[in-house]
Amino acid sequence: MKMSGAQMVCEALIAEGVTTVFGYPGGAIMNVYDAIYKQDGFEHILTRHEQAAVHAADGYARATGKVGVAMVTSGPGFTNAVTGIATAFTDSIPLVVISGQVPLSLIGTDGFQEIDAVGISRPCTKHNYLVASLEELPRIMKEAFYIAASGRPGPVLVDIPKDITAEMGEFVYPKEVYMPTYRPRYKGNDRQIKKAVEAILDAKKPLLYLGGGVVLSNASGLVKELAALAQIPAVETLMARGVMGHENPLLLGMLGMHGNYSSNMAMSETDLIISLGARFDDRVTGKLSEFAKYADVIHVDIDPANIGKLVDVDYPIVGSITDVLEKMISLLKHSVKPDRYQAWREILARYNELHPLKYDDSDDVLKPQWVVQRVGEILGKDAIITSDVGQHQMWTAQFYPFERPRQWINSGGLGTMGFGFPAAIGAKRGVPEKIVVNFTGDGSILMNMQELITAAEYNIPVINIILNNHFLGMVRQWQTFFYDKRYSETDLSFQPNFKALAEACGGIGYDVTTKKEFDEALKDAVKQNKVCFMNVAINRFENVLPMVPTGGALYNMLLEHKDK
Amino acid sequence: MQEVRRVISVIAMNESSVLARVSGLFAGRGYNIESLTVAPIPKSDLSRFTIVTKGNAKVIEQITKQLNKLISTLKVIEHEEMVEKEMVLIKFSANESLADIKALCSAYNGGIVNAGENSVIAMIADESKRIEYFLSAAQKYNPLEIVRGGVVAIER
Repeated sequence: MKMSGAQMVCEALIAEGVTTVFGYPGGAIMNVYDAIYKQDGFEHILTRHEQAAVHAADGYARATGKVGVAMVTSGPGFTNAVTGIATAFTDSIPLVVISGQVPLSLIGTDGFQEIDAVGISRPCTKHNYLVASLEELPRIMKEAFYIAASGRPGPVLVDIPKDITAEMGEFVYPKEVYMPTYRPRYKGNDRQIKKAVEAILDAKKPLLYLGGGVVLSNASGLVKELAALAQIPAVETLMARGVMGHENPLLLGMLGMHGNYSSNMAMSETDLIISLGARFDDRVTGKLSEFAKYADVIHVDIDPANIGKLVDVDYPIVGSITDVLEKMISLLKHSVKPDRYQAWREILARYNELHPLKYDDSDDVLKPQWVVQRVGEILGKDAIITSDVGQHQMWTAQFYPFERPRQWINSGGLGTMGFGFPAAIGAKRGVPEKIVVNFTGDGSILMNMQELITAAEYNIPVINIILNNHFLGMVRQWQTFFYDKRYSETDLSFQPNFKALAEACGGIGYDVTTKKEFDEALKDAVKQNKVCFMNVAINRFENVLPMVPTGGALYNMLLEHKDK
Repeated sequence: MQEVRRVISVIAMNESSVLARVSGLFAGRGYNIESLTVAPIPKSDLSRFTIVTKGNAKVIEQITKQLNKLISTLKVIEHEEMVEKEMVLIKFSANESLADIKALCSAYNGGIVNAGENSVIAMIADESKRIEYFLSAAQKYNPLEIVRGGVVAIER
């Protein structure tokens, strides 16, 4: 069938099963928007900033497991999208981002709204394309979706010059990709897996170290099966919260800079790390030379470059977690004695009794940890929880009772403030039957607050809980601990009336200062089913604890902070 | 860990911006490039990159893995048993002793490839280390300009 390049873009999206596109039009992408106007295969959500469009597509992808799609114009449209693309890249989220580009004849002439999009995005995409002719457009669209979702997922940019979207041509969408240079490896090496299983059987203190890869590969069922079968305790990274389920007796908690005591001690004392889809990030390991000194390492990852990058690995296994775990489980089934690690589990239980995750509640002022726990009590597994970046993110990761993967959505790798609200919009669009709550701070929320309009227009009822301490809290905490309380540019006392702001944009606002008010507000927010800002005044100087100071060993945690 | 010199060949799709993907990877991750030579592979849609780099074993392992990870990469060869050559063009004043220059060049598998009124140009192709020896010996004849071509290598 003959059609324009713009129509081809739409047809390709429909062929890929895309039902929602987040974007923002502009000059160079107008032909595609004209084609969007004429089709009804997918909906388009107009965000109010390109960064938010990409975060929304990202939140959609994280919540549904499908590829998220964002569309932007050339120049500033694209550069605004870069933070969103980089956020998805760092957390391995499958996205296809389509950007307009100036016509081929203008490329390289510093044309209006021209910027080298493939050049800028090269280090923060899994792959990118500048479409050079109409003939290659269908193939590139097909490859973009395949690359984004396969192997270690990631964002793919397709930059399309305006004249190509206007040109007419024959549309044949390829059924398969032919990419001899890209063959992700899913099957783990049988011999390596066998050796790893023997190591598990020999170990006295094995530990499952679970990363975001478990979520991405939908392997949490197998992970729980393995843990239960062998009775091996587990720690989760920030990206893996929800994998084990908070009530699982084998789950110690989150490890790392703000991990709980027993998790970090388990990592420091284990004799065998079974790393599944984790990448030994510096926020997890602390001082590398002191990290897990007594442990051999089994490292299962779909990306060979992750293996041996930071920590020496004794049993490297490249493959998908599902394939590797299926094989491991069938080997372990008849050989493992679950009581073998009993003593180890008892030690860890004692660590947990010694220093459980805790906070001092108060009747005078709301504590952020209480707010997070309270939302957990009321909404529990029924909610999808997103967050921005900072103290509120850590409190949420520590105190929310996550029950399943894809329930927890946050920018872990890049740490992008402004991620939470648009990601929540995307998540809600992808999973409309769930309540979506974004925990945010008075700093982060302002970085994409314009999305109030988007959420109000499309009636996407996201509950934003602003844990408001009138500070850029995490930086303030570091200034308290490490910079002698020189609060350089972190006091956010001058701030908008959040309630009025939400109302001005067609949402609902709440001002909350007590537990009673909070319960009422949350109940009302759920009932009203509209986008809202819940401005919750919390203790100004609350700190996130425990804390492993940067560069310190994982076992050297600050468990409390006494003000001098 | 000790730093070693490594010659790595990358066979990748010959498409626009593939050179930027390879060189950008080195720049972005802080790896060294001592020399980089690239040309299309005849009768194919592929290009061959020859990269000379330096780093400890861990860094070299990451370099090969990251290069492999590029979507456009077909194959990465970390050379061990190889024949390695580098070309150099060198210009001397015609007033220097041409016979001596010619003798020196022939000791390094090279010779004079162009002679003009004011200058002569010699070409040598040899291992990088021997190129270094040649260049230091050639200093005696006051070279006017030196152009090194970068290493190419082929596994034995």
